[in-house]
Amino acid sequence: MQAETLSGGFADPSLHSAHAFRSVMEAMARPGTLQDISGAAPPAPLSPAAGAVLLTLCDTETPVYLAGDADTDAVRAWLAFHTGAPMTGPSHCTFALGTWDALTPLETYPIGTAEYPDRSATLIVECPTLDAPSATLKGPGIKESAMLSLPEHDAFVKNSALFPLGLDFIFTSGSRVAALPRSTEVLCADSKPLSREEGSA
Amino acid sequence: MIEYNFAYLDEQTKRMIRRAILKGLAIPGYQVPFASREMPMPYGWGTGGVQVSAAVLTPDDTFKVIDQGADDTTNAVSIRTFFERTAGVQTTTATQEATVIQTRHRIPEEPLNDGQILVYQVPIPEPLRFLEPRESETRKMHSLEEYGLMHVKLYEDISRHGHIATSYAYPVKVEGRYVMDPSPIPKFDNPKLGDMAAIQLFGAGREQRIYALPPYTQVTSLDFEDHPFEASKADHGCGMCAATDSYLDELIIDDTGGRMFVCSDTDYCEARQAAGHIGKDNGGKDAA
Ligand SMILES: [Zn+2]
Repeated sequence: MQAETLSGGFADPSLHSAHAFRSVMEAMARPGTLQDISGAAPPAPLSPAAGAVLLTLCDTETPVYLAGDADTDAVRAWLAFHTGAPMTGPSHCTFALGTWDALTPLETYPIGTAEYPDRSATLIVECPTLDAPSATLKGPGIKESAMLSLPEHDAFVKNSALFPLGLDFIFTSGSRVAALPRSTEVLCADSKPLSREEGSA
Repeated sequence: MIEYNFAYLDEQTKRMIRRAILKGLAIPGYQVPFASREMPMPYGWGTGGVQVSAAVLTPDDTFKVIDQGADDTTNAVSIRTFFERTAGVQTTTATQEATVIQTRHRIPEEPLNDGQILVYQVPIPEPLRFLEPRESETRKMHSLEEYGLMHVKLYEDISRHGHIATSYAYPVKVEGRYVMDPSPIPKFDNPKLGDMAAIQLFGAGREQRIYALPPYTQVTSLDFEDHPFEASKADHGCGMCAATDSYLDELIIDDTGGRMFVCSDTDYCEARQAAGHIGKDNGGKDAA
């Protein structure tokens, strides 16, 4: 077992996860806000923020899908050691982790059932930045409207149309986190609806 | 000295509750099932609320507990002491100073802000339960938005009493989708549920359900065009602080049946008295 596997967890698991959860909860309750999250030092290519989200929410009850470059032996070993979460593919995961390109398309993830819409996946999307607001958001958790940096628009528009079914998203970059629940309505930054060209592209 | 887990619950239980809270926030008004744990207090003491508080508190929080508006009942004091000991939180009775407020049966009079979390203790989370005892059926009704029976029940009230008689746990619709039980708050408090700056979390221990309202969520009390919802309102002021905008409890004050009306929110009432507002039963002239 590599030293990297054993290190990088929360130094004080109950305190660090309590603080990290509050950051994730604030992010999910107030879409468009950026929250600081710290305490984890996962192996590359995971961001400290993604590591903290995984340590806070994952355990033996939550199958995890590692997408694309996030699926390395080092990440698998680290996650197994610190959380015990079993690895799985996209169709049975509770959490998925990766860049947007690696995670898409979204059609294979569980979106919940009519009677249990909570039985749906949460996607942890590693982003190069959260500082380039590209979409206007409306809905629960948002006073009038909010802005958020999103990797694209269409997929989120489609996802929110599934409400109350759908996926929930946590965006991570460096040591910051944002979120987009299925309840949020996603508009373009210039707040006009998607043009037909973009919509059908 | 006994070593407790932080906030009493083990880490795996807190993670499970935390995941349920996130799904609850993502689907406002929908009841997320969770595996409730035994707590060192009886169910009637709000074990659902206690478990939700345990999952959200950090040692940086300032915690307040109100029971029917009061900070000093046995129940409120026990829960406050429990988290002082197990989570190392500061506690307060002042609504404005609190970052997390656990409540039974009331929403504070003082408007809450965006740095606050309100945790409700819920006895019966299912608003359709009295119409349909089977969980499998109520789940189906929610999934199909089959809320007609609920309206029929409220309308029967109108034909029998001339108005909707339900005055506690008055059902609401969240963002035009899920019908939700706001817990047994008086319907006077219903208008505060919507558009609130604080996060609202609801925990039912015995029934094993968690649900949530993110800030600024649209919440409407069920009603009819010809009988719009009306929050009950007293026609007199508080005997202690003369407030005319608060929810009042009726107190018997002597053996001859003398009565007075006083704010149920004790922090609100005491702050008003300290600011010089004096009601008619407190040596002042009646403000009403
Ligand atoms: Zn008063």
